[in-house]
Amino acid sequence: MSEHEPEQKTNPQGDVISTTASVKVDAGKDPHAEAKKQRVVSPEYFFFEAPRERSFITGSEAGKEAIRRANVDFSIAYPITPQTETMQLIGVLYGEGYVKEYYRGEEEYGVMSTMAGASRAGVRCFTATAGPGTLRGIEPIASWPGHRLPLVAIFTCRVVNAPLAIQPDNIEITYLLNCGMILFHAENQQDVFDFILKGFMISEANDVTLPVGIAYDGFFVTHARGYVWMPPKDIKLPPRLAYHGAVPVLDAENPPARLSRDAPVQKSNFMSYNIHNVWQQEVWGATERAKKYINYYMGGLLEAQDTDAEVLLVASGSAAAQSREAVRLLAEQGIRAGIVKIRSLRPFPTRELQRACAKAKLIVCPEYNYVGWMAKEVKAALYGELNPVPLIIGGPRVFGGMSMPVELIVETVIGGIKKISPAHAVVGAGLKDNGQKGNGGKKGEEMSADDKSKLAHFYQNI
Amino acid sequence: MYLKKEYLYEHDQPYKVMPGPEGFVIPAAASMGVELPEVGGGLLYGELVSEDRAMEEIARRFLTDPNPTLHPGPLVIWAWNEHAVEKARAVIGIAAEIPDLMIIPMADYRPRYPKIEPEEMINPNHPNLTIWHNKEGVCAFVGVHCHYANLTLKMIRAGTNCCTVALCAEQGHEDAMLTVRDCDAAKLWKLAGVIKRTREKMGIPAPAVAPTGGYGPVDNKRVIVHTPEEWAKIVESARTGKNFAMAKAVGVSPELGRPEGAH
Repeated sequence: MSEHEPEQKTNPQGDVISTTASVKVDAGKDPHAEAKKQRVVSPEYFFFEAPRERSFITGSEAGKEAIRRANVDFSIAYPITPQTETMQLIGVLYGEGYVKEYYRGEEEYGVMSTMAGASRAGVRCFTATAGPGTLRGIEPIASWPGHRLPLVAIFTCRVVNAPLAIQPDNIEITYLLNCGMILFHAENQQDVFDFILKGFMISEANDVTLPVGIAYDGFFVTHARGYVWMPPKDIKLPPRLAYHGAVPVLDAENPPARLSRDAPVQKSNFMSYNIHNVWQQEVWGATERAKKYINYYMGGLLEAQDTDAEVLLVASGSAAAQSREAVRLLAEQGIRAGIVKIRSLRPFPTRELQRACAKAKLIVCPEYNYVGWMAKEVKAALYGELNPVPLIIGGPRVFGGMSMPVELIVETVIGGIKKISPAHAVVGAGLKDNGQKGNGGKKGEEMSADDKSKLAHFYQNI
Repeated sequence: MYLKKEYLYEHDQPYKVMPGPEGFVIPAAASMGVELPEVGGGLLYGELVSEDRAMEEIARRFLTDPNPTLHPGPLVIWAWNEHAVEKARAVIGIAAEIPDLMIIPMADYRPRYPKIEPEEMINPNHPNLTIWHNKEGVCAFVGVHCHYANLTLKMIRAGTNCCTVALCAEQGHEDAMLTVRDCDAAKLWKLAGVIKRTREKMGIPAPAVAPTGGYGPVDNKRVIVHTPEEWAKIVESARTGKNFAMAKAVGVSPELGRPEGAH
């Protein structure tokens, strides 16, 4: 290697690192040339009319490609463990001129505080964090909505409690649900791409002016590849119109700078309890207003399929992806099941869910966490609203980074139908008289040796 | 199967946004199913109506309720861009049509300590104090950033019997009893015309004297323009744009909505 060639970066084992390779600078060639060619188009053209091409990329790369087209002014990162590649890849975009400002914060508290400052200053902001980083930054994160700060932040779910894991456990979502921010849960790489871009439009709408958080599950979405349909690289969203926001911009050059709202917000002794009261109401009222933009850009707060079925799987994120496969397996066994994928956790689609579940007799909520926050949301939304009252099963649940075999969902459905423990509802056994050996699903009846063997094999291979 | 009809709540009636006092802790109208109007629309006590219908009711209330008051906010008080100046002229045009009007500005949003002067200011942290002090029967906010307008409107609805109007440059306000959206200068001049026509229809003479500030300590209103002639000159220059004595606006491009030269 000559001394003029750029050094090839490797990891400690000597493997070439390709995804984070620095931008190759050709002498005489402007590294920002491609970025400068981008043209602003309307959100309507961008989302609904522009041609799209398919790529096979990871969730982190989908995030990068979204930011490439999002006209982002400012992005800040901290490489906490476990992070994802997303913010490294945004650094590559910075090198290419697609992001105007980018640097590494001192830690997550600093990152989230800096995001607040940048958003107040009126620029379009983006960051991403993961697992423990989310909780380290939770104090400034929780103050974003009250300050009415439009921005988009990614929260990849990788367990917050010790011991850490790198695969999905989305228990951290439960900490984000009640901050007052808008919160989406992406199922796959396509959702990541779409939710980020649409999130900016929703976040910056004057009558919303709230941060948008986009959660997605570690490894299955962040590191695994999936197909993503994307518009061309040479178009981008219109810039943020900060002077049309619901709050003044901190603009040091113009008179409204004197309207600084920030210090008094924290000086509760100067303010009445009444304004604290209405302030919180206003934040949650703004999440309600976001619904019309979510419906417009994202096609609804939830996505429902076959809601005439008596069995419904209600899930979000990777659990929704697994539920789709469970629906197929159930159909093979003669059980008709529908699926409701919750896209928007905040605002929660209470009315929409009530409508979707109107005919359900059994509702199953698979989740990637111990506490079952989705099941609690579903039960709260449906309590007292449906007649006849459906059976709602909060599970199956996996956590600590475990995978969720589709068969677990199938078992839970069968158990719910037969009113028996899922442990007795051996996969595919005795659902109908199809010639298979099985226990018939009858409560208390011993499983056949064949079924026991299947079950043992199944659990050994989780 | 039983489902509640959408947006029908405890009394099975659509939520109404009426003059209060509504109560100690009242819900945000947005959380009760009141939606903001589409382009060309307005809100009439929580109900979606046409912009014209909302303007008619605004005119009627301003001409018949006691102590009508305009609360101009920072976006029209400060000449921070050309459009702000245009809107300020239109606000004066509205004021010129309403007899016995008070103008009490919301110059900024900082809490006042230890107390506000309710005859000369309204503040989003305790707007009820100004409403109570001046016994405002109807008031209109114009040029207030939406977040602070919403806080103010909720507090007034909770604790006073004042009818609130929001003349909003953006999407309008659910917590105002009456609201019109997209209020640029042209729309404010349109409202001034509606008030004038309504006033003439009702046989109410044009105001002979200038608007005042709020009630002072001995129950006489604060003077903000000294003579009717002086006020007539201000109104004339607001209508024509000539000799309009305001500071030159600083450089914010109305197209981009951000300062010129900013990236």
